[in-house]
Amino acid sequence: MRKLIAIAFLLILGFFMLKIVSVFPFGEERWGVSRHYVDKGIEENRASNLVTSIVVNYRGFDTLGEVTVLFLAATALAFLLATCKCRKKYERIEASLILKTASDILYPLLILFGAYIFIHGHLTPGGGFQGGTVIASAVMLMLLSRFTFHPNHRALSTIEGLAGIIFVLIGFAGFIWGGSFLANNILPLGHWNRLFSAGVIPLIYIAIGFKVGAELSGLITDMYKVTKEEE
Amino acid sequence: MAFFTASILLILIGLYAVLVKRNIMKIVIGLSLMDTGVNLLIVSLGFIRGRTAPIINVKDLLFNTSSKVVDPLPQALVLTAIVIGVAVTAVALSIVMLMYSKKGTLEIDEYKELKW
Repeated sequence: MRKLIAIAFLLILGFFMLKIVSVFPFGEERWGVSRHYVDKGIEENRASNLVTSIVVNYRGFDTLGEVTVLFLAATALAFLLATCKCRKKYERIEASLILKTASDILYPLLILFGAYIFIHGHLTPGGGFQGGTVIASAVMLMLLSRFTFHPNHRALSTIEGLAGIIFVLIGFAGFIWGGSFLANNILPLGHWNRLFSAGVIPLIYIAIGFKVGAELSGLITDMYKVTKEEE
Repeated sequence: MAFFTASILLILIGLYAVLVKRNIMKIVIGLSLMDTGVNLLIVSLGFIRGRTAPIINVKDLLFNTSSKVVDPLPQALVLTAIVIGVAVTAVALSIVMLMYSKKGTLEIDEYKELKW
């Protein structure tokens, strides 16, 4: 009975959602404010990746809020798990030789790849969030394969705090010398499609990469520690 | 149109899991599915037929750009939404862990404290 009511409700909801969405024809031009971002993006920011140009510069304030939400979630998770008296009855199984050997080789490579992704965020697909996630996956691989691997929690939170402060300070530098918060005219813009270009965008994305990497690593470590047996 | 239908279907499947399933983990999976459906819907709203990705890495794309690339704004919004989705899933999972440590079960019907 409950399932039938739910299915009927979902059918009605789906019908109206489809009705609303079908107002917009699929695959046709629908430019609003983003026409300016696309046509003037290279001229104003010199970032080849227009998505990065929007995320970090045009909507940079939004991204600052997003980073704050991520920080808030990590804090809430640490708080919830600190009060959790989760039963530590899980017995760890020794990781297999294949996983151990592979994670030894992959750990530095994954961190290098994450750094590559967030340093080239203004040139190629990717950026601070993606690179940070790759770094966190490297930490997770080590947690799965090694008993003795303990990420330094204090260092992680220091990196995270410093990266956040650098983001805000770059924003205020734009406020003082550029005219508006996160303005992109305090550094030379450089040539299009070069590594050293796009003004403050790479700096902000590197800060975000460090922040997200440290944050997600800390988050994974928090979740992992609860289920671990006490030595 | 197929993209719109598929993403709305994904949202509805997620909502079905939230409404009907009794296992808390399945509810969290449903939330995550809804998240993916919404992201897919927003991205497909910005798609334009026959255009390339909004990355200007060849000289040809430098001029008259808005007739050659898809809309980058929905992609930027979805980038934000994915990160928020990860944060929401992480907090939801930690709440599930806390609930399991209190009662030792994942069945939502066993949690009667807030029923009236």
